[in-house]
Amino acid sequence: MSEHIVSRNVYLIIFLSLMVGTAITVVAAFQDFPGPMNVIVAMTIAVVKATLVVLYFMHVRYSSRLIWVIVASALFWMGILFALTLSDYWTRGWL
Amino acid sequence: METFVPPVPSRINYLNAQYGLKSWLLTKDHKRIALLYLGSISVFFLIGGLYAMFIRLELLTPQADLLQSTTYNKVFTQHGIIMVFFFLIPSIPATLGNFLIPMMIGAKDLAFPRINLLSWYIYMLGGIVTIYALLAGGVDTGWTFYTPFSTTFSNSYVVATGLGIFINGFSSILTGLNFIVTIHTMRAPGMTWFRLPLFIWSHYATSLIMILGTPVIAITILLLAFERLAHIGIFDPAVGGDPILFQHLFWFYSHPAVYIMVLPGMGVISELIANFSRKNIFGYSFVAFSSLAIAVFGFLVWGHHLFVAGQSLYAGMIFSFLSFAVAIPSAIKVFNWTATLYKASISYDTPMLYALGFIGLFTIGGMTGLFVAALATDVHLSDTYFVVAHFHYIMVGGTLLAYLGGLHYWWPKISGRMYPEGWGRFAALIIFVGFHLTFMPQFILGYMGMPRRYHVYPPEFQVLHVLSTAGASILGVGLLIPLVYLIWSMRYGKIAEGNPWHLPGLEWRTQSPPPTENFEYTPIVTWEAYEFAPPEEMQVVGKFRNEVVERS
Amino acid sequence: MAESYAVEHEASHPGLQHHFANMEQQREAGTLGMWVFLVTEIMFFGGMFLAYTLYRSKYPEAFAVASNHLDIKLGAVNTAVLILSSLTMAMAVFSTQIGRLRAQVVYLALTIVLGLVFLGIKAVEYHEKYVDHLIPGTLIPGNPFNPHLELPTGVSMRHVEMFYWIYFAMTGMHAVHMVIGIGIMSVLLYFAAKGRFSPEYHSPVEVSGLYWHFVDIVWIFLFPLLYLLGRHLGGHAG
Repeated sequence: MSEHIVSRNVYLIIFLSLMVGTAITVVAAFQDFPGPMNVIVAMTIAVVKATLVVLYFMHVRYSSRLIWVIVASALFWMGILFALTLSDYWTRGWL
Repeated sequence: METFVPPVPSRINYLNAQYGLKSWLLTKDHKRIALLYLGSISVFFLIGGLYAMFIRLELLTPQADLLQSTTYNKVFTQHGIIMVFFFLIPSIPATLGNFLIPMMIGAKDLAFPRINLLSWYIYMLGGIVTIYALLAGGVDTGWTFYTPFSTTFSNSYVVATGLGIFINGFSSILTGLNFIVTIHTMRAPGMTWFRLPLFIWSHYATSLIMILGTPVIAITILLLAFERLAHIGIFDPAVGGDPILFQHLFWFYSHPAVYIMVLPGMGVISELIANFSRKNIFGYSFVAFSSLAIAVFGFLVWGHHLFVAGQSLYAGMIFSFLSFAVAIPSAIKVFNWTATLYKASISYDTPMLYALGFIGLFTIGGMTGLFVAALATDVHLSDTYFVVAHFHYIMVGGTLLAYLGGLHYWWPKISGRMYPEGWGRFAALIIFVGFHLTFMPQFILGYMGMPRRYHVYPPEFQVLHVLSTAGASILGVGLLIPLVYLIWSMRYGKIAEGNPWHLPGLEWRTQSPPPTENFEYTPIVTWEAYEFAPPEEMQVVGKFRNEVVERS
Repeated sequence: MAESYAVEHEASHPGLQHHFANMEQQREAGTLGMWVFLVTEIMFFGGMFLAYTLYRSKYPEAFAVASNHLDIKLGAVNTAVLILSSLTMAMAVFSTQIGRLRAQVVYLALTIVLGLVFLGIKAVEYHEKYVDHLIPGTLIPGNPFNPHLELPTGVSMRHVEMFYWIYFAMTGMHAVHMVIGIGIMSVLLYFAAKGRFSPEYHSPVEVSGLYWHFVDIVWIFLFPLLYLLGRHLGGHAG
């Protein structure tokens, strides 16, 4: 077997981090930050939580480069869907 | 040191290894599944062709004298749906891809044989649901299902048809998933990426598109169905929704879908050109990378379907530029195929005739795409017969010709029989002539202003329409001929040896038809793709032999 | 003259499928296959996230008002439940990898229970929405969208309804995936209890874990986007 076995302690630490992240995001939601900061804070926390799940619970940290490329490509493709569609909506008022 | 004695080929092959309906319907053999697909895809092609016949018959006269308007709307809609989703998208990958990919990489089967069988059952279920919807009354929204007509105003079986297409999408996803995993993990020892036949590269690129694009049409159809059923939604202007969002989501898949349709065809053409010119493809790595480039760029251009829909002009400019860019990798392929032909030893067998036809017709189709990719000309040409002609040149002149060429080329491997060469060439020529006569007049019609999806038109367009219908009849006859002789050949055709064309590909290094596990032993690949040896060194009559050419 | 054949001698594990050369290749193919499938799921949910992004940017106040009527306590509890279930899932894989087959069964069962708790809480929430007439369109025939909501000036009830449509579509689709996940876990539990999995053959558990974690990740994004977007504008808790 050539796979790396992640230790139980790592899983517990990640779990606690995820719970803390959830608590922070709930508390932060009630603070009125200036401008678009509320959604930026919320999304940043969500991205960090998701990254922890992907890297450790889903073992991507210990996986081959092919898996990394696949995960990155999926996110990139969702990015294409968002970026080019929103490029239409956010420039409609320009003309 | 023991000498290895190659095994004597057995008379058992994948066709006669097991008999009975259950052995076919519960098979895990990718070759049998490919034949299951071949049968059902041919049936859907016939149904789609019947709809085409009605379209062309109606268009013989400027008045609406054959079909009522709603019926005509249903006819062209259903022609599009059946042809796109149930013929063009699965055709080459599900038949030739399923059959050949494991063989070309030296594997015994695809990575997930049961998922492969499941994908055929899902295809059949989607097809049955769609046929039910068509028989129950049909759908008249155009294959593009634009809102708000499809969500609010159409009185036809939108949800049922959508459900059929939704189900069918899973078949596509599972096929693509299977191909990607197979090509990554099951190549035989020595089969490096750059020794792979270009057929594999193009199917790999196609599978990427299937994986990344199909889910988006799936969610789009679901949202459309719920909006229609529950009278609330994100495409409805009355609640602040935007119908153009539907078009964005729809075309995010449906544009890459046209590359799903044409990329496998390009893979077939690479095989045909190289093998029937007895020459390595010029610029192998350029052709390989261009397949990937088409897959990637194909996702960046969907807004060119929305130029006149209300999309922002700035987004239009971006999409127009990207649409020009996506033509480049396709052009690279055409140049490389042509360069391969230069000073080559060309044999004009039926598959090569289809390949040569493809190069010409695909080029015309691609060049006319530039007219509609340019914003200014698209304003004039959008929603006219120019667009119809453009995509038929690529879909029929391209994909269909590649499919037929590939079927003929690999027919001896699939069936163990040769097709009759004379009839093959004759049919290819008839198809070529009929095709041109059908669709070339449509470019002119579109330029002159004939809108698509109309069955009433000004009388001055009639001559061109009559020419087009005449061409369609010739094309129809031409397409029936291979149906007849291919079926005939399964019983009466000349028995084919393992490598009837005397070619170096891995699929030719086993008997025809192949045994269930493809090869007697796992091959170890030590040769490059398309390494042609002089004829006297190629002796693979049903035997499995190493064919490394000694280089000095 | 190069050899052109490989002769297979390997004694094979009972779990080895005939078309694979060895267990390592089979495991690699299974893992890769599940990741490719998850790519399709990302693109599937991506379409709905796009619709959400678009309409939230168009109607921010309506969406805030609508969101504040979601039960933040239940939403937060559900988030914690799912995160815990991801832990138990990871522990189930870990137990299989080190051969603790009893622990594996326990963790799989816990994962299923937590998944059911999630769905139960979701059912409570959906019922609350039904009672408050917040179900959009004619999803429930005879029960149209008719909440008693105080709207600030300039906010249209139709846009509030739009938010609830997106809410139900996204959480509904997520719930469907949870149901499928629980189904998969149940099948796994059955085979695990029969001792099918071992350190040499645990790829089905690992691969199903990937699916489960993915469904968790979707919720990690759904929770702040749906439940938390308007709280800072004076939204009341629950």
